[in-house]
Amino acid sequence: MKRSMLKKHKALYLLMLPGILYYIIFKYVPMYGVIIAFQNFSIGRGIMGSKFVGLKHFVDFFVNTPDAWKLIRNTVMLNLYDLLFRFPAPIVLALLFHEIRSKRFKRFVQSVSYMPHFLSTVVIAGIMVTFLSQQTGIVNHMLSWLGFERILFLGKPEWFRTIYISSEIWQTVGWGTILYLAAIAGVDPTLYEAAKIDGANRFQQMRHVTLVGMVPVMIVLFVLTLGHFMETGFQKIILLYNSMTYETADVLNTFVYRRGILSADFSFATAVGLFQAAIGFILVVTANRVVKKYSDTSLW
Amino acid sequence: MKTRGSFGSKLFDAVNIGLMIVLIVVMTYPLIYVFSASISDNAMVMSGQVVLWPRSVTLVAYERLLSNPDVWISYWNTIRYTAVHTLLTLIVTSAMAYPLAKKWLPGRKTILLMAAFTLLFSGGMIPTFLIVQNLGLLNTIWAIVLPSLVSTWHLFIMRTFFEALPEELEDAATIDGCSSLQVLIRIVLPLSLPVLVSIGLFTAVNQWNSFFDALIYLNERSMYPLQIMVRNIIIASSNVQGEGNTAYIETLKYAMITIATVPILCVYPFVQKYFVQGAMIGGIKG
Repeated sequence: MKRSMLKKHKALYLLMLPGILYYIIFKYVPMYGVIIAFQNFSIGRGIMGSKFVGLKHFVDFFVNTPDAWKLIRNTVMLNLYDLLFRFPAPIVLALLFHEIRSKRFKRFVQSVSYMPHFLSTVVIAGIMVTFLSQQTGIVNHMLSWLGFERILFLGKPEWFRTIYISSEIWQTVGWGTILYLAAIAGVDPTLYEAAKIDGANRFQQMRHVTLVGMVPVMIVLFVLTLGHFMETGFQKIILLYNSMTYETADVLNTFVYRRGILSADFSFATAVGLFQAAIGFILVVTANRVVKKYSDTSLW
Repeated sequence: MKTRGSFGSKLFDAVNIGLMIVLIVVMTYPLIYVFSASISDNAMVMSGQVVLWPRSVTLVAYERLLSNPDVWISYWNTIRYTAVHTLLTLIVTSAMAYPLAKKWLPGRKTILLMAAFTLLFSGGMIPTFLIVQNLGLLNTIWAIVLPSLVSTWHLFIMRTFFEALPEELEDAATIDGCSSLQVLIRIVLPLSLPVLVSIGLFTAVNQWNSFFDALIYLNERSMYPLQIMVRNIIIASSNVQGEGNTAYIETLKYAMITIATVPILCVYPFVQKYFVQGAMIGGIKG
């Protein structure tokens, strides 16, 4: 029976074959490869021949790595800032877009605000680096005209989070409005009529009708954001940080990159990566459960 | 919304338009400055005399860059990585999505679950790196193309699109003697152009802009894509030829940003529509 099925739909299965191979080789084999976190892996011996060492690398990280606490703190802080400032930004902007009366002006502003989304991380980091340069950057020139001291922005740990989060907002705020605007378009127009009859002014309509209509999208995006909570933006961090700013800029993922790729300390780096992924997974599952309990929107 | 004409409402509009103008300035100023600085005199840029418009226009930075063979090589690399990646992604994703859209196909659920599972779990940076290394892909185009070949979101979007196509058309073609592959190529794909264009553009722009895979998988200069060149020139601040030549040390950086960005900005007005469309399909399903 089964064989005849396979034969009958052979062509369809063959079509799927390259895709399935992709998933096996580049998704499932690496998942299996995570066991090197519990080994003293060496390339020569391979996964089969390397010795198991249990939780040694986890102990190494939590007990013997002086920076462990700093890395965890930085990861959490940077992501909290991200949730606090970057996450609400498109919500506010979508509300403002919605209130623009001229259709043409609205479309123009939207197009302009989407643009940074298409720039590469390297270009944005490059703009930050050149603009913030202490001696030659335009930002410091402006500061000095206004009578302020020049600041070595990218060499000061206290500036890193601000710089990182502002560049993230600049890049994502416009594009982030798309889903919210779609949600607003789905709001029943009679709700506005009803609100007007009840004497609501425009600000009140915005708060009680438009904003409420966006809530389901907010919830889904919130849970999705939490799903990436532990890994946010480390590609940009790699471009923006340096040893002077490690105090606030070095996160788990950048540490995994340095230890794993640059120092070829594979087992240890995989263990740190696994710890990070586990926290991320717990966060998204918890968030989804909480959301499910208190509203009818959830991811699964 | 009707104009109420009340003072409060007018003030609201005025403030809103004011905010939007600020937004436009914030979004465009960095790009205008980068371009102005790239064609200005180096000393003017360094001393802060270029604020918005170019001063003492000169193309020396561009001449410098364009006479550097590494820039051309990296440009060519980016073009071929992008083209190959986009083409293969569309082929493999649509070939996989088409059977998955057949609700009666045995094993379909299992494969869908297998794909969905990878949205929650992944091996992470190091195990993936080791696979790429083991397969001997380091320093080849395949290290850039293969590890990110299929995006699970795109696979699901395409499958949903295929499911919505009328089955009668395919049945008719099958009766006429078309094989599954022929049905896919002659009937399904032509009807799915919008979704193919959206996903193709997403893949292409992502690949054009990506640098991290190149950073870890490529270490031969001749394989570097454009983004790595930009990073090396600006961020790692290693100069292309002639350390510290004062005629173009700063303007070179701005010129490099411009060169890497112009292709994206040129196609942007035309593709924006597809992108918004794509973001909506993805969002509704996601």
